[in-house]
Amino acid sequence: MNINLTLFGQMIAFAIFVWFCMKHVWPPITQAMQERQKKIADGLDAAGRAQKDLRLAQEKASITLKETREQAAQILEQASKHANTIIEEAKQQAQAEGERLVTGARAEIEQEVNRARDELRAQVATLAVLGAQQILESQVDTKVHDELVAKLASQL
Amino acid sequence: MANNPVEYIQHHLQNLVLGVHPDKGLMFAHSAEDASEMGFWAIHVDTMLWSILTGVLFIKIFRKVAMNMTSGVPGTLQNIVEMSVEFVEGMVRDTFHGRSPLIAPLSLTIFVWVLLMNSLKWLPVDLLPSLAHMIGIPYFKIVPTADPNATFGLSIGVFFLIIYYSIKIKGPGGFAKELSFQPFNHWSLIPFNLFLEILGLLTKPLTLALRLFGNMYAGEVVFILIALLPFWAQWTLYVPWAIFHILVIPLQAFIFMVLSIVYLSSAHEDHNH
Repeated sequence: MNINLTLFGQMIAFAIFVWFCMKHVWPPITQAMQERQKKIADGLDAAGRAQKDLRLAQEKASITLKETREQAAQILEQASKHANTIIEEAKQQAQAEGERLVTGARAEIEQEVNRARDELRAQVATLAVLGAQQILESQVDTKVHDELVAKLASQL
Repeated sequence: MANNPVEYIQHHLQNLVLGVHPDKGLMFAHSAEDASEMGFWAIHVDTMLWSILTGVLFIKIFRKVAMNMTSGVPGTLQNIVEMSVEFVEGMVRDTFHGRSPLIAPLSLTIFVWVLLMNSLKWLPVDLLPSLAHMIGIPYFKIVPTADPNATFGLSIGVFFLIIYYSIKIKGPGGFAKELSFQPFNHWSLIPFNLFLEILGLLTKPLTLALRLFGNMYAGEVVFILIALLPFWAQWTLYVPWAIFHILVIPLQAFIFMVLSIVYLSSAHEDHNH
């Protein structure tokens, strides 16, 4: 319980411990802690930036998507319009072709009819001549009466 | 060892003293009378031994961590060390408004060292003294902070720093002025102010040391008293008292540290500016 030299011994020990702590313990520990704090701060910063980037990218993506949709709609519209015109054209063409075909067919039919009529006429004339021959019982010279036959046939 | 309770208690409260006896020369004191006759030129070997052991333990652990410090993911020990460093740093930041590279490491040293020295109290009071007795050492008191020499050693160290920083920050004139013109700013009251301020200044290390010493010494006495009970009854008091010291031991270390910071902070404050 006496105060004695121990006091000075303790003071010296205290001074040495404090000095050692100040020189060799405190700086590396606080330095590393500060470094970690900086790392964490940087990490958080980067995370914040990344989030912002992500938001921007999402916005951009949605804009692009919207544009693309519009474009697609436009293209569809154009395509259907185009298709309509094509169909319309095709219809018109087909109609024209059909009319042409019908006209051609009609003309052919008329020709055919005319030809058949002519033929018929000729045959009828021949028959008439033959009939007349038989009726007259005399030879009608076809060559002589060709003119007459032709006149007859044209009258039929 | 001791025959009656009084002798037992006195024996346990006696340090192992190495000193120069006026009649017998350099020797270990074999009684309290020997020790008091040695006067100032003696040293408490047990106090020195245990305080240096705990101090070296502190330095070793913290140095080891400081060497292997990583700013990445810390290990368990590094975590503990960082927690204590952060705790002390926070205390210093909150309390101390000057700028000094010394205060924070000083506070850390005080806190951890006092904590470790106080922790020796958890060792059973008879264990180490009995072992020491077996190898012929008459006295062995292991808690350094229950020795006023240790607590005064710390508080006087802090006191010197208070004086040093007061003079460094305020200048010798400023410091003298602060002592002379506070709390009453009038020339006629200079002697009264001086008396008050110097008393206040000297009270700082005194209270710092006596608070810690008183707490630890009283706790020690109670542990010794509990040890006087029959062995089967001791735990009923020993266990609550030891649990109570889970509070007392860090609290006293903390108070010593905080008050040191506060005193050094006021030494840094220049009232004239």
